[in-house]
Amino acid sequence: MRRGVAAAAACATLLLAAGLAAAATATPDHVRTVTMTIHYSRFDPASLQVEPGETVRFVVTNTDPIDHEFLVGDAAMQEIHENGTEAHHGARPGEISVLAGATVETTFTFPSTLAPGWEFACHLPSHYDFGMRGPITLG
Amino acid sequence: MHARTVARAAVVSVVAAIVLMGSAASAFACGGLIAPNGTISLTRTTTLAAYHRGVEHYLTSFSYAGKVDGSLGSITPLPGVPTKIIKGGDWTLQRLEIEVQPPIPSAEFAVAGAAVAEDAVVLMRAKVDSLDITVLQGGAVAVGNWAREHGFFLPPDAPEVLAFYADRSPIFMATRFNAKRAAAQGLAEGEGTPVHVVIPTPNPWVPLRILALGRQPQDLIQADVFLLTDRKPEMLPQGLAPTGNPDQQGIVQERSEPASASLMNDLRSDSRSKWIPNGEMWFTYLRIDAPASTITHDLAIDASGFGHPDPIAAGFPPASIPVPDPNAARSLLWLGAGIALVALFARWRIQQAATTR
Repeated sequence: MRRGVAAAAACATLLLAAGLAAAATATPDHVRTVTMTIHYSRFDPASLQVEPGETVRFVVTNTDPIDHEFLVGDAAMQEIHENGTEAHHGARPGEISVLAGATVETTFTFPSTLAPGWEFACHLPSHYDFGMRGPITLG
Repeated sequence: MHARTVARAAVVSVVAAIVLMGSAASAFACGGLIAPNGTISLTRTTTLAAYHRGVEHYLTSFSYAGKVDGSLGSITPLPGVPTKIIKGGDWTLQRLEIEVQPPIPSAEFAVAGAAVAEDAVVLMRAKVDSLDITVLQGGAVAVGNWAREHGFFLPPDAPEVLAFYADRSPIFMATRFNAKRAAAQGLAEGEGTPVHVVIPTPNPWVPLRILALGRQPQDLIQADVFLLTDRKPEMLPQGLAPTGNPDQQGIVQERSEPASASLMNDLRSDSRSKWIPNGEMWFTYLRIDAPASTITHDLAIDASGFGHPDPIAAGFPPASIPVPDPNAARSLLWLGAGIALVALFARWRIQQAATTR
């Protein structure tokens, strides 16, 4: 009897562990990972095409000795950040600070339609004007 | 030359180098300073680079204007490790300005006229009046990290510009303005602090590209660069010949001539100026009035008489090693083989002649 209970418990534990592991590694089929590098205050790749409603996981590496940002959004959102005063980002999807030498990630789901003016950009002082921005269009 | 008279010439000389700031509050209004919002005060900068017996004497002046919260600073790339950093002559830079821009004659002036690694390595620290100076050795990332960690504001083009310099000479001079000390010393707003950097180097150059740091491509960079050398120098890039148009743009070589006795006497009579050689020197004046986008190199100097300024020192990319022409190599091979055959034939003939005898 005791052996039977022990075996059942072991099976249950294994099943639970397997379930948890599956949940942890499972990623929806439609999540694409885009690796973005910042070097000499420039984004690489310099532009991006997405599918309507696509969810993209951005992995952003900053090779520079200065801090940067990676902010995804439409023209209105970019303007708010260009004139804004938020020192750090990370609380909202698609908006993240990238400290010098760091690699960070953020996941963002795009709407089904994109008006002109969607970009990824850095709005630290004078970075946007320097060219730290790239257009996002529908593929 | 009377020091007071020179001071009245009121030539404002400012940082001839990168200028960085540590906080938004200190903002612009400083000569050559870069504000976090990209606004820049467009003030002409003045520099003297004197080269004598393998030692470069680099003189520049740091000044500030407006309300400062104590976190102003700059970073200057250097061609070598300095042996000392001291306060420069009180009015050497102003005297040089007068040499090339004679003031409007007045009674008073007429009289006066008659007269690296992962982390940056700290190599040296010095205090010159209200300036705290640190000499660093390290790559672009290491020096950039050091600057950021020490409160310097680096504009977005800084990573590339620091790499441009670190690839040739990983020596940088970080200068921080100490507002409290300036107030205690009674430094007046806009008053410059001359700094004299002594750098033994076989290959002198003057940083120019750094002047465009943080500037918009269309911004006009204005600087006066004076050279004193043992003989007439060759430079790279070469200065343009002046056209007489005061708005002429580019690096214009306004003067290239033996330094006048009055200039040399005046410079030697300034305080802390015993380093100026007693012999004759060649005087060169370069006026820089050019858009930031065109200031892409430094000024390499060859005062040795050989006339070959180093392109690498000017920041040009190393010349590509020419790839040998395969046809030329084959021709050389055939030529060598031919010579060997002729030599063998000649030897055979000599041996034959010897046996016949």
